[in-house]
This record gives sequence, C-alpha cells and structure tokens, in this order.
Amino acid sequence: MYDVVIIGAGVTGSASARELSRYKLNICVVDKEEDVCAGTSKANSAIVHSGIDCTPGTLMAELNVKGNEMMEPLSKELDFSFKRNGSLILCFSEDDRPNLEALFAHAEKNGVPGCRILEKEELHQMEPNISDEAIAAIYCPTGGIVCPFGLNIAMAENAYTNGVEFRFNTAVRKITKTEKGWLLSTNNGDILTKVVVNAAGVNADIFHNMVSKDKIHITPRRGEYCLLDKTTGGLVSNTIFQLPGKYGKGILVTPTVHGNTLIGPTADDHDDRDATNTTAQGLAHVISAATKSVPTVPVRQVITSFSGNRAHEDHHEFIIKELEDAPFFVDAAGIESPGLTSSPAIGVKVAGIVADLLKPEKNPDFNGTRKGVLDPKSLSEEEYAKLISEKPEYGNIICRCEMITEGEIMDAINRPLGAKSLDGVKRRTRAGMGRCQAGFCSPRTMEIISRELGISQLEITKNGGRSNMVVGYSKKSIEEA
Amino acid sequence: MSSYDIVIIGGGPAGLAAAASAKREGVDSILILERDTQLGGILNQCIHNGFGLHTFKEELTGPEYAQRFIDQVEELKIEYKLNTMVMDITPDKQITAMNRTDGLFHIQAKAIVLAMGCRERSRGALNIPGYRPAGIYSAGTAQRLVNIEGFMPGREVVILGSGDIGLIMARRMTLEGAKVKVVAELMPYSGGLKRNIVQCLDDFGIPLKLSHTVVDIKGKERLEGITLAAVDDKGKPIPGTEEEYTCDTLLLSCGLIPENEISRSIGVDMEPVTSGPIVNESLETSVEGVFACGNVLHVHDLVDFVSEEAAAAGRNAAAYVKAGGTLGEKSKEIPIQAVDGVRYTVPKKLHVNRMAEEQIVRFRVGAVYKNCYISAYLNDERIIHRKRQIMAPGEMEEIKLKKEQLTGFDGLENITVKIEEA
Repeated sequence: MYDVVIIGAGVTGSASARELSRYKLNICVVDKEEDVCAGTSKANSAIVHSGIDCTPGTLMAELNVKGNEMMEPLSKELDFSFKRNGSLILCFSEDDRPNLEALFAHAEKNGVPGCRILEKEELHQMEPNISDEAIAAIYCPTGGIVCPFGLNIAMAENAYTNGVEFRFNTAVRKITKTEKGWLLSTNNGDILTKVVVNAAGVNADIFHNMVSKDKIHITPRRGEYCLLDKTTGGLVSNTIFQLPGKYGKGILVTPTVHGNTLIGPTADDHDDRDATNTTAQGLAHVISAATKSVPTVPVRQVITSFSGNRAHEDHHEFIIKELEDAPFFVDAAGIESPGLTSSPAIGVKVAGIVADLLKPEKNPDFNGTRKGVLDPKSLSEEEYAKLISEKPEYGNIICRCEMITEGEIMDAINRPLGAKSLDGVKRRTRAGMGRCQAGFCSPRTMEIISRELGISQLEITKNGGRSNMVVGYSKKSIEEA
Repeated sequence: MSSYDIVIIGGGPAGLAAAASAKREGVDSILILERDTQLGGILNQCIHNGFGLHTFKEELTGPEYAQRFIDQVEELKIEYKLNTMVMDITPDKQITAMNRTDGLFHIQAKAIVLAMGCRERSRGALNIPGYRPAGIYSAGTAQRLVNIEGFMPGREVVILGSGDIGLIMARRMTLEGAKVKVVAELMPYSGGLKRNIVQCLDDFGIPLKLSHTVVDIKGKERLEGITLAAVDDKGKPIPGTEEEYTCDTLLLSCGLIPENEISRSIGVDMEPVTSGPIVNESLETSVEGVFACGNVLHVHDLVDFVSEEAAAAGRNAAAYVKAGGTLGEKSKEIPIQAVDGVRYTVPKKLHVNRMAEEQIVRFRVGAVYKNCYISAYLNDERIIHRKRQIMAPGEMEEIKLKKEQLTGFDGLENITVKIEEA
C-alpha cells in the first residue's frame, strides 16, 4: 500500500515526485516506458518561457512565471544545463503592431519582468541574422533554454535518492476505487494507493475519465522539429519567436544549451497518442517558417528531426486539482507548453494538494541536491588528468561527435535510476546525439551496456520494448550448421 | 610536451602510407595517432576482396591490404599510439590528444598530415520523415556489427543509397542469410562502382531502383516497414508511386562526409564541394606544413588511390621538415578551375615550380557521361583531350599534368578541367 502513486515519469510526474519526497510518504512513480523522460518531455522546444504569451489570470500564466523563476536555482541544486538567453517575439508588419502591443500588455499582467519593445535598429543589432522583414519585437530577458532530459532526469533521480520508488514498463490498465484506496491494475500486477497523481501527459484524460464523470478531452498536438549541427550554434543568441497564431507559439529558432540550433515546432492535431513520427509536410513547414525569422538557417546542417505530442486539453489550461467526484485522485493534466517551464512549480502545487490530503510529516533526511553525470570537459586540465589517472575510462572517447568518454557512459548506467538502453545513455550523456547520430558509437556503447549490466547484446534495446538493436549472431548460424 | 617532426592524424590506409613514405624520405621522428584499437582504419571491417589491384596487382581483402601497410610501418619502426583521440590542433601545430594511459597530453609537431577519413551521412541528415525505431543503420555501422562484432542487425533488409558500402552490405547480408529486398537510389545513376553493382546486386538478384527514395518509416519500437516512392528529376517524390516494403532493417548508404572537425580547429580553408580542405600541388592545406590525404581530403572510390595520394603527402611533409619548415620558393599560384561537369579537382591550385614531373589531378563528374572527352586547358589552349566511353559520379577520374609542359607555357594564368561532348 502506497501513500501516493504517480502515473507518468515525465517532467510533471518527476517534479511532483521530487516535491513529495520532502515528506515522509511511501511514493511510487509508474511509467509504461522503460525510462524516465520517454514521452513529450523528451521531444519539445527545450525552452524556459518567460510567460508573456499566457492568457493573464490563468493557472498557466501563474505557473509559467513561477517555474521560470525556480529554474535557475533548481539547475544549480540538481546540476542540469540551463541558460537565461532571452527571447524575442518578432513582428513582421505594421499591421501586426497592435497584436504586438496587446501581447506586450500581458507582460505586466502576468508579472513577467524586464520586457520591452525593440524597434528595428536595436533588434537587428541584437540579432544580426534575423530577417530584415522583422520591424519590431518584444524582448523578454527572462526567457531561457534548458536541457529537457537533464531537467527531467535530475528531478527523477533526486526523488529516487530521497526514497521514491520507480516502476518502469508498467502500464496502468484500470483504476478502481476500493475501501482501502485506489486500486491500479497494471500489466505488472495490482498496486494499491491512498492518492493517485495523474501526470500521464498525452494520456492523462484516459485516467481522469476512468474515475470521474466530468470528462476531459486531450488532443495529441504534434510538434515537429529539426535539430541543426553545432557549427550553427552562433546563428542566434536569443530564442526567436514569431507573433503567436491560433495553434500556439509558432515556429521558433533557438540555440540549445548544448550549442546546437533547434527549429520548430509545427502544430498538427491528430488522434494517435503514440504517433511521434515526423511527416514530409511538417518538416517542410518547419524549414520554411524558420527561414521567415532567420533567412540564413542552414538547412543542410540538419542532423536529426523528431516530433512530440503536446497534451492539448480542450480548454487550453493546466488542470491541477483533486477531482471533486473522485477524492484523493489528483490531476496534473493538460500539461502542454509551457509545461516544461512550469514543471518545477507544478510539482510544488501537486505536492501541496497531496500534503493537504495526507497531512504527512516532513522527511528529515530529504536532500535536495544532486550531481549529474560528470562532464570531464568542465574540468581544468590538471583535474582532468587526475581523473583519468584514477579512472582511465575517462580517457577513452566513445562518442567522437560529442566527445563523450567511456567513464561518462558507465556513470550514466550505474547511477541511481541509470540508463538501460542506448537512448537512456544518450539522454544522460549526449553520446549518439551529435552529427553522426550514433553511427560511430552505437556498437561501442552497446558493448559497454552489455558489460556493465551483465546482459547479452541481443537484449540491448534502443529504448525498451521490442526495440532490440540486433537480432542474432552473424556467425552462429554457420557454427550451428 | 613531447615533439615530433611529423604527426599523422589517423592510422587508416592514408595515415599508414603517409607515414611509411615520410620515413623512407629520411624523417625519423614520426608519430601516428589512431583512435581505434588497431591500425588499418575502416579496412579492418571490409572483409570482402577487390583491394589492391592497382597497388599490388592482386586482389586482397581489406584487412590483408591494411596489413601490407601495417607491416611497412612496423618494419620502418614508426611510432604509433592506439586508442588515442585527437581533441584539438592549434594553427601552430600543437596537438591535444587523450587516451587511457597517457591521459590528456600535448605534442608539438613540425608538420602534420591529416588522414582522419570520413563518416557516413546519417538518417537525420537525409531528413527522412517517419518514426525513429531501432533497425536503421548506416551501412558501415551494420558492416561493423556483422563483420567485427558478430551480430546480425536484422533479417529483412531495404537499402537506401547505392554507395559502395551499401552494395557490399547487400551481398554481405544476403550471404549471412538475410533477405535484401531492394536497393533504392535517389539519383538516376548509382553512387557506387559498376563492378559492385554486378557482383553484389546482379549476381544475387537484388533489384536496384534508381530515382527512388524512402518517404516514410514505420514501426514504433523496431522497424516494421518503409515506403518507397519514385522521384522526379528534381528528386521530389512523385505522388501515387508509393510502394510499401515490410522490413526490420533499413541500411543507409547515402554518401560519405570527410571528417574535418579537427581541420577546422586548425583553421584550414575548406572546399564546400568535397567538404575537405583546399590543397595545392603538395597536398598542403592553407596552413603551411599541414597536409591532407585520403578520404578526409575527398572521398575516394579505391583505396589504391588513397595510398598513392597519401604517399605523396608523406613525401611532401618530409621535404617540408627537412628544408627547415618550408617547401621552398613558390612560383605564381595557378588555380585549377573545375567546370562543365567536373565537380571539383584535387589539387585546386598549384605552383608550377613545386610540381612533381607528373602531377595527378583527381576529380569526380556530376552526372553520367557517355562517349565524352576529359579536357584540360592551360589558359585557352587545350592540352589534354582524352575520350572516355563512360564516366559516372561513383568513379574517380584523373588527368596527369606534365611539369615540362606547364613550365614551357608563357603567361600561364589558370588551368581548366572540363567534360566536352564528342
């Protein structure tokens, strides 16, 4: 019997788990995937939004601004990459100026500090590569960029080391109210809990609707992106938005915390929650719209493209509350953009609701700090030399594009909630995330995973399930014959 | 900090040949830096035969060909470091490298030979839409898995791109019991050698679909299938031509990219067409004393030509070191212009006084040409007009310029290489 079961190990679930681990509670996070950060949390713009474009007075606006404020101190406590690079919302015609000014008025209402309107000259001084067609922009100095994997994994790891249990490959099939509490039927057996936190992202309406008569409806809204080589890193320094349209914030052009350029997303409503495929039309739209903001976007430098599904609830608002007709069932649903930004604040809000229900004692052993996978490139040359003499694996480069060592990959596998798959290693170390997209390092990384986890290479997957990397031995068949 | 006369970056076919020739020219202080666990580079996984016909007049496998050069390096007692990654090189030739035993270390070189080879274009760079399941490999990664690691990447295979590694892997996977359903090529001609199409596809009844590409990838976990479509003359898929293939493996052989991240850190000028450094007659880059050869310079079709080119680079590096850090006086720089079907030339410029008696100029053509001429002009005067029955982008072409002829030409401003119709 758990006190709290959180469905979903994305940013929302992981932030909630970490905040709840401040209390003496028996907590479990379940996820249908093999790792944390396997859904929408891994496939998004990686932006820490300022909060200017949220509708004033909404929970979204409140939690966006709060999450933005929390991100910097949190990045230090939990050791993940975050940079306050600023954002610009471009206006391309005088006809649109009233819309620009209307949006600018949100800044004050939403409590977004430091915003101002830049006229053309200053704008182009700040960002020489943006389109000459841009006549003005709102500048939001608090806008930032974050490593979404880093944020998600850090919160989950910290929750884990503070006592939260994680069950992966565990899909909740059914939720029933019993006398003892909520009974969750899963493919891995039944789980009983006092409180359920529904942080299931694009699937949150399924669980909500299992227990409540007040139905909600989430539409998977696909966003496609292209990631560009690090050689493009200096293209823009701020995150470049266009004035928002009906389906969200439009196509952005942004540096990433790791020095790439990211362009996207599209906004395409569909009905398959698991459809994370890219489309020819979508990718073409990303490129043409990005070119509108930054005409010199070097599209030949694309190293990969991907897509994620925003969990768009019909009312476009975060739903974070205990359900009226289902006591002790807490929704954290409709978490679409700015969900990544808001996640630390969502975690606090969820924990507050649960604490009110269970009145738990504080966890005196809570430790809110965590060290990430050691990046030897962050060391001085003397420190690096010392590290290699103690642990020679740090002298062995496995991923040549991102210069990731065997030592870092071993750390990613062997740390709390460690990586079990190639994608798990990739999201923790960046091995395989560079320009050759794992062509060089995947056989080497497979060898290391096999050795460290004591499993056959035949069992190694890209990202769990049936995503095995190899299907048999090339020479065995001859031996057998 | 240790110092060497010549440091060679990469111990594949180019690096080995450059080292051996530099040593034979009388330079003793040579170091090869190799990131893999053994010398030989990509040849170690190329277990098929067909290597060395030009160099040794016999058909060797990749490892056998590599071993001939490794033996030379051993006999010549040339130093090398394995498992060593070069992290950075400064314009004044200070190298930062790393390995497990030496840690992070620096080397000062008098001359450097860049011989890092190339990498394969990835699925991401091709921007193929669809899902991102397991089972999509570049052909070379699959080759490593099958030939070195001993694993089968899959059983039902589609290959996109008809580069040589893709063709070789079509045969390899077939021999290992997999079913290779089709090789699709975006261009209206193959990117590989004719002999590979015959020996690896035709002999096994594997269809080659020219002017086709993959337009969708299915499968959320492991690859389940792809959609192939015909493309128009601009390479755009033609609606209505889609065909579904079930497969668990997609191999990509869609081009090789010279691996020049380190060259860029030195600051050498690059040629956008080849993605390799711009070099002169001595295979010297825009940074004096830094030479380049092999696939890091431009992607070759046959390793024999890599060895030959690298030997020249090694000789020139040795001459540079022996003359105290110079290649001597240079006469006027003459550009070599690649026009009318000739995509690029290596070298791209030359100083006539520094030429060898016979200067090889290598290049590739941009399309298939039948019964055409390769022509070379000094200013407006045609000096070479050689008929070729067939030329294709998959095969490297060459001309030889004679020093005598260039020296005797008054007022030489430029050299032009072009394809001319019959």
